[in-house]
Amino acid sequence: MTTPPASGARADRTAGPMVKAEAVHKRFGRIEVLKGIDLEVGRKEVMCLLGPSGSGKSTFLRCINHLEKVDAGRLYVDGELVGYRQAGNKLYELREREIARKRAEIGMVFQRFNLFPHMTALANVTEAPVRVKGESKGEATERGRALLERVGLGDRVGTYPSQLSGGQQQRVAIARALAMRPKLMLFDEPTSALDPELVGDVLDVMRQLAEDGMTMVVVTHEIGFAREVGDWLVFMDEGVVVEVGPPREVLSNPQHRRTQAFLSKVL
Amino acid sequence: MTEPPAVGAEELKVIPIRHWGRWVAAVVLLALLGVAIYGMAQAPVDYASIPTYLHSDVILQGLWGTIVISVTAQALGIILGIIFAIMRLSKNPVVTSIAWLYIWFFRGTPVIVQLLIWFNLSIYVHTVSIPIPFTHMYLFHESMNDFMTPFMAALLGLGLNEGAYMAEIVRAGIISVEEGQTEAALSIGMTRLQTMRRVILPQAMRVIVPPTGNEFINMLKTSSLASVTTYNELFRSAESISSAKLNPIETLFTISIWYLVLTSIATIAQYYIERRFARGSSRDLPETPIQRLRRNLFTWRRPKIPNTSTHTAVALSGVTR
Ligand SMILES: Nc1ncnc2c1ncn2[C@@H]1O[C@H](COP(=O)(O)OP(=O)(O)OP(=O)(O)O)[C@@H](O)[C@H]1O
Ligand SMILES: [Mg+2]
Repeated sequence: MTTPPASGARADRTAGPMVKAEAVHKRFGRIEVLKGIDLEVGRKEVMCLLGPSGSGKSTFLRCINHLEKVDAGRLYVDGELVGYRQAGNKLYELREREIARKRAEIGMVFQRFNLFPHMTALANVTEAPVRVKGESKGEATERGRALLERVGLGDRVGTYPSQLSGGQQQRVAIARALAMRPKLMLFDEPTSALDPELVGDVLDVMRQLAEDGMTMVVVTHEIGFAREVGDWLVFMDEGVVVEVGPPREVLSNPQHRRTQAFLSKVL
Repeated sequence: MTEPPAVGAEELKVIPIRHWGRWVAAVVLLALLGVAIYGMAQAPVDYASIPTYLHSDVILQGLWGTIVISVTAQALGIILGIIFAIMRLSKNPVVTSIAWLYIWFFRGTPVIVQLLIWFNLSIYVHTVSIPIPFTHMYLFHESMNDFMTPFMAALLGLGLNEGAYMAEIVRAGIISVEEGQTEAALSIGMTRLQTMRRVILPQAMRVIVPPTGNEFINMLKTSSLASVTTYNELFRSAESISSAKLNPIETLFTISIWYLVLTSIATIAQYYIERRFARGSSRDLPETPIQRLRRNLFTWRRPKIPNTSTHTAVALSGVTR
């Protein structure tokens, strides 16, 4: 897996940011959903996104792994432009295979888990390593078991998603993403669909992942998680970044009125 | 749940409702059935000849022909159905229009007309060939008479028609799979094709399989229309016997028996295939009739209590969740 973080500070900015957004715009038809997002996520950092419904959090996350195409602005992951190749002053759209290869390096976890219901937990986890990376079945199975063990589901390898609780499904989904050895993990409200008593297990797995040095962008309404684990807290509203800062500062002393109004509702 | 209350149940005598209406209906229907059977038995039909016809060479050849054309035409239909369903869901308007046109034509004209068109094509078209561009060579070159055999005409007629129906069935299956499945598959680095093959189609199968079973049962019967292309199947065998022996009823009864055998086998196969594709979608698959039979044969006493109680526990936890 990723190397353990250097003692002390988790941030490692020597090699440039992991994610860099410059004036990212996105529209659906006539509505502009992202109106110029500028953000940077350093290596091994955890950035939490907060904001009211419809503010464009999911859309921004989906732009990062090119599930949505950016309309204007630049988005870089690990120093490379997302979805395009730049030659001179021209941008060339990447082919599907190249896009798929880049997506394989970015893990994504969804609000509704989106596990493959016709595959067992283990098969969900080994599918991409075998089909996308071409790993051998034996190798992938061994690692898949280890990953399920790591998210606390070592005894559920042969279980189908419909026989797992929501919290267990989400942890399988995290293991599935980790199986590709991603350099970046995106979480879109990973605990919003869970019963309150199941939230903790998932957050524990995510916290452990952050401690192991994974770079993460997390859309969440779990303020406690954002405060403890996040390096940055971003407050978005109506397609713009209203406020960015270390979580404790933003939470205890929000600068912008819109942030204050939102926080007073969720805290 | 449906059990009577335990307390004091042994002291009370339960008098069930008497369903007089059901008895009357049953008696009337049985009487009508008896009259029908008696009428059939009195008719001048040579029933004794039917068992001989059943395994006569001509009929068995026809039976084999029916099986071959039904299976191949259905297979062609499924392949075309998948292709045209994916084409209809394409973002390219030319591709979707062509798929739409195909479905419109082949679903909109009678099968018997399509069969006769293929059959008669050799009168108007003399060769079929696929030339290699800029050369004088051919990838495929044959005279239409050799190419359009009765089997080929039957296969194209039935298969292309079936493809149009299957396209709609497959399309319904594909769009029944949540969008989130595609996103999850793409996010782990799968291509669109891999996503379709590994994630979408296997799940779409649950929606696709039941109507496909019905399509195949229909195909077993519709294949009788292939007789117009002089393809040798059950119906044509029956006709050839009856025109020689002038006994249409006996031969028609004979092939009806074979059609019933085929459709019954297909129905049983459909049941098992549906079970197979329900995997992962329901918590507890019910026992198959054979499993139930086997259990009843080999366990003389009632099933063990712990066994049933775990079953109820699973069912209950399913309900409460
Ligand atoms: N595929 C789409 N087509 C059209 N409009 C879309 C599409 N996806 C999102 N939108 C719109 O874009 C806006 C932002 O959506 P987005 O899902 O990014 O919000 P969000 O911040 O994640 O909200 P939530 O907290 O409810 O998940 C919404 O108004 C939504 O209706
Ligand atoms: Mg969202």
